[in-house]
Amino acid sequence: MPFENLMGDEAIALGALHAGLSAAFAYPGTPSTEIMEYYLDHAEGGGSGPVVAQWCSNEKTAYEAALGASFAGRRSSVSMKHVGLNVAADPFVNSALLKIKGGLLVVVADDPGMHSSQDEQDSRVFADFARIPCLEPADQQEAYDMAREAFELSERIMAPVLLRVTTRLAHSRAAVETRAPRAQNPVAKVEDRWGWTLMPQAARERWKRALVGYEAVRSEIEAAARVEPGDCDLGVVTTGLGLEYYRENEAELGRRPWRLHVGRYPMPYAALRELASKVSRVLVIEEGYPFVERELRGVLPSAVAIEGKETGQIPLDGELSPDNVRPALGLPPRPGLSRAAGAPELPRRPPQLCPGCPHADSYAFLKEALAGYPSRVVTGDIGCYTLGALPPFEAIETCVDMGASIGMARGAAEAGLVPAVAVIGDSTFYHSGLPNLVDAVSHNSNLTVLILDNSTTGMTGAQPTILPSERLKAVALAVGVGPEHVHLLSAHKGDHGRNVEIMRRELAYEGPSVLISERGCLEAIKKARKA
Amino acid sequence: MKYDIVLCGVGGQGGISVSVLIARAAMDAGLAAKQSEVHGMAQRGGEVLAHLRLADGPIASPTIPRGSASLLLAFEPLEALRYLGWLSPSARIVSASSPVRNIPSYPEIEGVLAELRSVPGSLALDAEALAREAGNPKAANMVLLGAAAAYLPFPPELLARAIELGFARKGEAVVAANLRAFEHGRAANS
Ligand code: SF4
Repeated sequence: MPFENLMGDEAIALGALHAGLSAAFAYPGTPSTEIMEYYLDHAEGGGSGPVVAQWCSNEKTAYEAALGASFAGRRSSVSMKHVGLNVAADPFVNSALLKIKGGLLVVVADDPGMHSSQDEQDSRVFADFARIPCLEPADQQEAYDMAREAFELSERIMAPVLLRVTTRLAHSRAAVETRAPRAQNPVAKVEDRWGWTLMPQAARERWKRALVGYEAVRSEIEAAARVEPGDCDLGVVTTGLGLEYYRENEAELGRRPWRLHVGRYPMPYAALRELASKVSRVLVIEEGYPFVERELRGVLPSAVAIEGKETGQIPLDGELSPDNVRPALGLPPRPGLSRAAGAPELPRRPPQLCPGCPHADSYAFLKEALAGYPSRVVTGDIGCYTLGALPPFEAIETCVDMGASIGMARGAAEAGLVPAVAVIGDSTFYHSGLPNLVDAVSHNSNLTVLILDNSTTGMTGAQPTILPSERLKAVALAVGVGPEHVHLLSAHKGDHGRNVEIMRRELAYEGPSVLISERGCLEAIKKARKA
Repeated sequence: MKYDIVLCGVGGQGGISVSVLIARAAMDAGLAAKQSEVHGMAQRGGEVLAHLRLADGPIASPTIPRGSASLLLAFEPLEALRYLGWLSPSARIVSASSPVRNIPSYPEIEGVLAELRSVPGSLALDAEALAREAGNPKAANMVLLGAAAAYLPFPPELLARAIELGFARKGEAVVAANLRAFEHGRAANS
């Protein structure tokens, strides 16, 4: 069978295409972005015919579009980063109650270690909260296989299935053996609306079924789970990449522990109890939260010691590595080279805006316009411009979640802290800044919104913004910001003076104003040239 | 056989593409490869790190355990010093000698190079100058790849082929310029 050298994200996408995917939706977010990029690159013929592949305003709209495609009977997928699932939480949790027609694959890429995120939440917890089955591949091959399996499972149990990966798997490459593609489903809509209309009387019925269905999946997973025999009184449970980090060290273990790998949730209680019956100690190696570990405390007899993150053998935060699981396995650190004792510490090299980035010019006029105000607040948002918190800019004071800059500036202003400026990118504005601007207009809040419009989602590799730049002003006007308080600025050094002047005027104005500072992202321009 | 490579540098130096080329050549040689990179920040100038693991059997962890790497390929000398802990005592280091001074606290370069050169098995070379000499100032990464070629567990011809395939889309002139830089690197470490 053919092999391809694929990143974990790409393996998932190819698996989905080969499973007969018809429609995929996403909002970019590291480490999940490459999934949609793979669909876009292969939309014409990577699977069994053309597929719809679309970037969306945010993860919630993407999720809802995928639901609609499933309602139409076709296999659909939505992909996002872990914090994107918070944005899509409403459709996600409710979709557990739906009678899914076309298979629905929800891919969530978690980012333990926070390489490019604001937190390291574990999506397995979310899946369990919603009672949605979750598959967790351990390598690229499983990523491909489980994407295919997820669609089969989803259609069989008529529920969404979540596929969870973490950064190192999403962004590492290995050879993957592929199988023949399956044909796409024809359009064949849901006929019974009561599986899809969650009014209380119907929803109560659906929830009961979802709960029963979830336990049925557990029984299936239990039936397939295999405990590998060992020859000592230690049991090791691994999940996801934890398996690879265990294997990396396995050869050095004197005695062979009893083993169970958990790659599917709800977790197989019976197999876990069987493992525990052979040993006095169970070590759990899992990436993310101590999810299996915590649940085990309620599942296993109390005579069995459960070790892992909550008991300190494995770090509670950050990523797993082949090295930080060693103490838990009773192995000493591996010797490596080191710098001479007393060698001066190496300075870190934080990421910086690209030389010539338009954001630098925007921060320059923002800072000058604010110079006369001893008390003020500048809230920030998520994108390349978050680097504006660092020297040499030190211009923004917050970064919390997508779209928060406008809401927080508004709240601060309402509480008496003025002038209040929100700095937000165009893509983030459409993602979830817009409803905050509606609030600001509704309450005539005293804030200045500075939209850094570079026509792209720069940080994730320059995906196009959902609407072209020319529309942005019209959107602000349509929401109801006063026409004399919506300005187009150009983020060039030559326009610095004019920009400062307009900004000063709007800072003095006691109501909502929107400044759109325009200039294209250099990466996006480079990318467009290459294409 | 196991051969782990740490590649490091500063964003925009082309370290990731070198990792892709080595992996392609290794797979042509019949080896398994696992490559790990951390993406995300598109911006320039931050630390960049990639792990590339080659073996003639299955590879478990996508990242290299400490003390295990056989080669450190550094596109910037200060960055090289950051990852010594990943190297086995018999590892080779091939590093560019010219600093990327995009931070205010960059230490004296003489000290950095002296420390690097004091590590047994290390080679620091002026890859930029060699690339200019080869007529392709942007190909310092190919020079370094060439200088490291002799250490890799497969014939250098496979790397040349990977370069040809990897740059084919950009035209013959680009392929030739990169091959020249690669050969310059090979000659510099022979
Ligand atoms: S990727 Fe674009 S937006 Fe981000 S720093 Fe570079 S030029 Fe600026």
